[in-house]
This record gives sequence, C-alpha cells and structure tokens, in this order.
Amino acid sequence: MSETTLRLAASPGRGKLILGGLLVGGIVLMAIFADWLAPFDPYQQNLRLRLRPPMWDEGGSAAHPLGTDNFGRDLLSRLIHGSRLSVMVGVAAMLLAASLGTLLGLVAGWRGGRVEALIMRLADAQLSIPEILLAILVVAAIGGSAMNLVLVLGVSGWMVHARVVFGLTRSLRERPFVEAAISQGASGAFIVFRHILPHLLPVMSVVATLQVAQMILQETALSFLGLGLPPPAATWGNILAEGRERLFVAPWIANLSGAAIVLLVWGVNILGNGLRERFDPRG
Amino acid sequence: MLRYVLRRLALVAPTMGLVLLVVFVVLRITGDPAELFLDATAGPAEIAALRARLGLDQPLPVQFARFVWDLLHGDFGTSLSHQAPALPVVVERLGATLQLVAAALGLAVTLGIALGLVAASFRDRLADHAISAVAVFGQSMPSFWLGLLLIQAFALELGWLPTSGSGTPAHLVLPALTLSAFLLPNFILVTRTAVLEAQREAFATTARAKGLGPMRVLLRHVLPNALNPIISVLGLQVGHLIAGSIVTETIFAWPGVGRLMIGSIYQRDVPIVAAAVVVVSLVIMLTNLLVDVVQAILDPRVRV
Repeated sequence: MSETTLRLAASPGRGKLILGGLLVGGIVLMAIFADWLAPFDPYQQNLRLRLRPPMWDEGGSAAHPLGTDNFGRDLLSRLIHGSRLSVMVGVAAMLLAASLGTLLGLVAGWRGGRVEALIMRLADAQLSIPEILLAILVVAAIGGSAMNLVLVLGVSGWMVHARVVFGLTRSLRERPFVEAAISQGASGAFIVFRHILPHLLPVMSVVATLQVAQMILQETALSFLGLGLPPPAATWGNILAEGRERLFVAPWIANLSGAAIVLLVWGVNILGNGLRERFDPRG
Repeated sequence: MLRYVLRRLALVAPTMGLVLLVVFVVLRITGDPAELFLDATAGPAEIAALRARLGLDQPLPVQFARFVWDLLHGDFGTSLSHQAPALPVVVERLGATLQLVAAALGLAVTLGIALGLVAASFRDRLADHAISAVAVFGQSMPSFWLGLLLIQAFALELGWLPTSGSGTPAHLVLPALTLSAFLLPNFILVTRTAVLEAQREAFATTARAKGLGPMRVLLRHVLPNALNPIISVLGLQVGHLIAGSIVTETIFAWPGVGRLMIGSIYQRDVPIVAAAVVVVSLVIMLTNLLVDVVQAILDPRVRV
C-alpha cells in the first residue's frame, strides 16, 4: 500500500475528529488553566459594576469583555471557571457509568443464563424511567454537590454501556480465539479481560464520548432547575439560571452561558460521531 | 399476539416495583419530613404526634409495605402544603403536561419524518449534509436555553407570543416548539437511516424496476417499511420527552406535573413528589407498552 492509500484509509471521520478535538481540547485546556486565564476572581462581587453589558454592546468596556452579572461579578471569569465543573462532572459521571455498565455487560454476556436475565431485565427496567427523574429525586433529597451529581448521573447511566458490551461479548464468546483460549485452560476472568475487552474498546469509546455530552446536558439542566451545585458556585447551569432571572434587563448572561454549553456539547458530539465513522464506517 | 402482550405486561410490574422502592428509599432516608415541615417552634410532642400520624415511627420495611399498600388503593398521602390528597392534585396537573407533550410529539414526528425523508433522498448532497448538521447541532442545544432564546425573539422582540403562562393556544406555541426541538434531531437521524436501509432492500429495487416514479417508491414502498425503527425510537423517547417537559414547564410557567414536582421538591412536600414520580413513571411505561404492541401489530417479526 502506498502512502496516499494509507492516508485515504485513515480518513473516515477525520474532519469531525479534528473539529471536535479542537473544540473539546480548547475547553478542556481552559478548564485546566482556569486560574491563570480568568482575569478576575469569579466570586468577587462589586456592586458598583452590576449588570454591565459585554464590550460590543453600548456601555460595555474592555475591562469586563463579557460584562458582569447581578452582583458585579466578571462573567468571563465565571464562565472560564464554570468549564471546570462541567467538564469534570461530565467525564467523572461517564467514567462511573462506563465502569459499571462494562462490568455488568461483560458478566451478563459471558455467563448468560439467569445472571444475564437479571442484569438485562434490570437494564430494561431502568431504561424505561428517564435518568433525570431519578436525578431530580436523589439530588433534591441529599442535596447538590459535585460528588452527588456524579454518583446519581453515573448510577443512572450504566445501561447503554451494558447493552452494547453485552451484545458484543455474546457474539465474541462464540469466536474461535475464545474457544482456543478455553481449551488452553484459561480462566473466565482472564479471557474476558485479556481477549474480549480489547475488542470492545473502539465501540466503547464511541458510546463513552457521546455519553459525556448527555451527562453535561443533564448536569446543566439540573443546575438550571436549582438542583445542581448550590449558588454561588460558578457552573454554566447556575449562571444560566441566574441569567433567566435577569433575561429582560441582561440577556447576555443567559445567552453567553448557553452558548458556552452548546459549544462544549456540540464539540463532544462531533468528536463522538467522528470516532463512530472511524471505527464503523457503515454506521 | 395475546401471549406477547401478556409477557410484555408482566415486565411492567417489576419495573414499577423498582420505581416504588427507589422513591421510598430516597424520600425516607433523607431526613424526617415531620421535622422539616413543622417550624422551629414546634415542640417534641408536636413532632411525635405528626410522626405518628404519618406512620414515620414504624420500622422501614413496615413503612414500605404500608406505602405500597396505600398506593394500591390510590392513597398517596396528604399533601402537606396543599392540605389535600396528593393523587388528585397530581392527576389534575397531568392534563396540561399531556397536552404539551402531545403537541410537541406531533410537531417532532411530522417535521422529523419530513426532514429525514429529504435528507435520505438527497443522500450525500448539500441538503443532506445541512439537515444532518442541524440535527447534530440540535442534539447539543440545551432545551432551557432554546426556550429562553425563543422568548427573547418571539415574545420580547417581536411581541407575537406571550412569554409564559397558559390558557390560550398562543401560550402553547413556544413551550411546544421548545419541547419538540428536544426530540426532533433524533427523529430526523433515525428516519434518514431507516429510509436509506429500506431503499437498499430488494422490494425497493423491484418497485423501481417496475417503472414506478421515485416519489411513489419513496412514499408507498420505502416509508411504510421504515416506520418501525421510527416508532421504536418514539417509544424510547417518551420518557425523555416527559423529562424534558419538566424543564420546559419550569421555563414557561406551564401548569403541568413537572412544575408541580419541582415546586414540591423545594417545599419537601413528600406525598406530591412521590405521587408525581409514580404517575409519570406509570404513564411512561404504559406508553412504552402501547408502542411495543403497535410495533408487533405492524411487524410480526417483533412478536418473538
């Protein structure tokens, strides 16, 4: 194979991977270096500078490029710091959901029988109830903290992973290389982790990436409903909820935080779709 | 067919049991509703009296059994803030939620199938790429911001529609649009994929070989065969739709179950929250059941 055909073969989803990667990478870098990037302390109030519009509007100034909120806090700094919480909660919740779901899916697919029936029925049952209903219940009851959000979103999101992993594990179980491993006397756990799991990684990465987008949307929705991190925490959902209170006088607060959420979630979705095209060109 | 319906029905009971258990555990483990509800001046005797009245002095398993038993009799307890039985309060609000959900669903299905058909017919051309890109962008759009944008555009700038509330058809427009945007991307993408797949089938080739025009092949032969995946997405999305209506109702002050639920959470009105979650779950499950049965009627291959 010449170099050009190699490059062509490597091209499915390439544009999406680059665009999504740039967007997500940029926001993740912003989250990591928030302390250096933010021009002001996101919690520092200055009541004389309340509700200043962004610099491109009349009355705005370059000192607060995106304007200020109802307490005179710098909106740019709050949005930069907010990226940290959204990214962290989204990724951590996905990791929890993926670990739970992968483990249960592997067990169900490998063992079959009653274990399979139990796990997959549980997945069906939980799938028919929207995650946000459970999240609302739990967060309302035990309060909103980053840890509680991760726990409740993680525990209510394992089913997608379990279904995908289960289906693939069951079909891989019948393949000759697994039979060969069994006949050599390998233990079930060894085969599952050494021979089956590596085959699942590409598909799992697609499901996991797309789920991060869902998790971020749910976290911001809960914050918006007042069930996320309690104010004054600078999360994008909180900022948007505060912006809603001032929608008529200071629409930029809601609109800029909304735009931040869209950019991140859109980036993650594009990245996930790019990964899917790369690993499964038919889909 | 009857066996299929019965077997499918048998799945509802354990799921409902799971919902009840979660609701019960979450609401009881978190603190004493009696103490939270009475104000700080209430003495221990008053708290004990309220606890006894609510059955909170019993062991947890007994409380759970009583909880389920009462629910089976339609008794969800008395709402502490409405001073009325909880179930009628919730059911009274259900109509508004169902109205909103039905309007949004109608919009999403019609537009979704139409746009999905266009995208599939112009596969890999500009229209397809544009529609698919808009759909992916729509999936990334939080409905609460979309709702606020619509309010800014149509209520504040143009003044065509009211910002929030209910009562006239005009009040329904913005909430229904917001909620349908929540579903539309999925319907577009699924319709597109399902239509593309049906087009590859032998019967589509046969229809074309008979000399039928492309519109007739698409609408008479391809679309009916692409309906099943679309309906199954509809079933999967009903839950999300109702969840989305919680947010939408909050934005537009729509007097449905979602807004009641959020308000009751702030007031720690346990019976209302429990009744709302149970009623909503039941509606979702029955809708899922209905969707499955419709699918089994349309496509005998499903009935296995």
